[in-house]
Amino acid sequence: MARLAALTGNNAAAEAIRQIKPDVFAAYPITPQTEMAEEVAQYVADGILETEYIPVESEHSSMSACIGASLAGVRAMTATASCGLAYMWELLPIAASMRTSIVMAVVNRAFNAPLNIHCSHDDSMGARDAGWIQLYSENAQEMYDNLIQAVKIAEDEKIRLPVMVCMDGFIISHAVERLLLLADEEVKNFLGEFKSAHPLLEVNNPVTLGACALPDYYTEHKKQHSEALRHSLGKIMEVADEYARLSGRSYSLFESYQLADAEYGIVILNSAAGVTRTVVDKLRKEGIKAGLLKIRVYRPFPATQIVQALKNLKAIAVLERTDSFGGVGSPVFTDISAAFMEAPTKERPLMINYIYGLGGRDVGLEDIEKVYASLQVINQRGKIEKSFAYLQARE
Amino acid sequence: MRKLQGWKDIPTGTAIVKAGSSVEYLTGGWRDARPEHDKGKCTNCLLCWVYCPEGAITVKDDQVTGINYDYCKGCGICATECPPKVKAITMVEEPKLM
Repeated sequence: MARLAALTGNNAAAEAIRQIKPDVFAAYPITPQTEMAEEVAQYVADGILETEYIPVESEHSSMSACIGASLAGVRAMTATASCGLAYMWELLPIAASMRTSIVMAVVNRAFNAPLNIHCSHDDSMGARDAGWIQLYSENAQEMYDNLIQAVKIAEDEKIRLPVMVCMDGFIISHAVERLLLLADEEVKNFLGEFKSAHPLLEVNNPVTLGACALPDYYTEHKKQHSEALRHSLGKIMEVADEYARLSGRSYSLFESYQLADAEYGIVILNSAAGVTRTVVDKLRKEGIKAGLLKIRVYRPFPATQIVQALKNLKAIAVLERTDSFGGVGSPVFTDISAAFMEAPTKERPLMINYIYGLGGRDVGLEDIEKVYASLQVINQRGKIEKSFAYLQARE
Repeated sequence: MRKLQGWKDIPTGTAIVKAGSSVEYLTGGWRDARPEHDKGKCTNCLLCWVYCPEGAITVKDDQVTGINYDYCKGCGICATECPPKVKAITMVEEPKLM
């Protein structure tokens, strides 16, 4: 039975964690994730949640504890943000290449300096090459739903990869919204039991994990990891379908909104999809064929599917909440560019990369309208003068 | 030459699922100096056997029978630990043996 609730993004994530019931939850508090870590601790203290809560001394330790727990054969989860994720850096590829099934909630927050606690996607975008699956969530409902699906994806015997589930710091993590929750039993039955491939505590089948591999074998281990990640898209969709049957809420690799016949499109992740959808509706009423593609699964990157969805548009703006300093463009822009390069199609829309919303700067209707207007200008000119620009920087 | 496995054949997640698999990995090629054991001088105190980090000192019936050059990396610990009055192990540079 679905329950209607009014929760912040952090509350919703904590509620998902309570229902997922990890055997180990090892976390260190960091704004804007703190409320989530506190709430899980409260559940454990009140005896509502039977979990080994490890109050570690740092994020380096929280990820280390999760790796140990997952390899020992139990369900392990954590949550972090910004500098906390950065402090885990060393462990992220270890968690992935050792094929752990850790699920981590990431509350997207900007990197310092200058010190800022608000939303940018610097943290998770920086971690995109660590070999994890990454899911992005527009709102608290999606965060809740993605977390539950992430556990099933991460623990699938054909995948066995850690998953990061992201939502926007403060904008979503601290805003109350209405959402539907599953019953505890439904989540329990949906997830089943975690079965590790090589549990360290199985004394009759001893294994060594994470031993040294020299140049003669290192490549094969990385290739194996790479293939597992690339081939996880199908399973991610299977889990989404199963979840849709349970919850009535459908998820895909990305959401297409008014995209089928669109001429001008915005590609965006997380919360700013909401304001973009509103502008699409407004422009459609004015007869302008605007559309939106909101990426949910960013790693592995659904290149073929995204090219298919975007190839008939005239002009696209990829909006990103992080700057890949000194790069050709930010991560999503360069991924989409590369996807078009390798696609068999010759049809390619004109494409521009805008950096927006850094450090929590609000993105308003007028900002998005400005983007769609610029796409119409670009289309009239038939070319792009500068493919990379800051949308909101004052001169 | 040992046969190298492909990425589809190795266990997932860097796991080593077979105990004692390091036997298959011959590390003798790392050596630039080899310990030579003189049975005549050896008192079979077995200090070399205790200290050898590779288990490369071969022993039978409490007697040192020699050194397994398939695994000896030539670190020289055995020669250092051999009591000064005994000096049954001498390090010889590999190029000089070629």
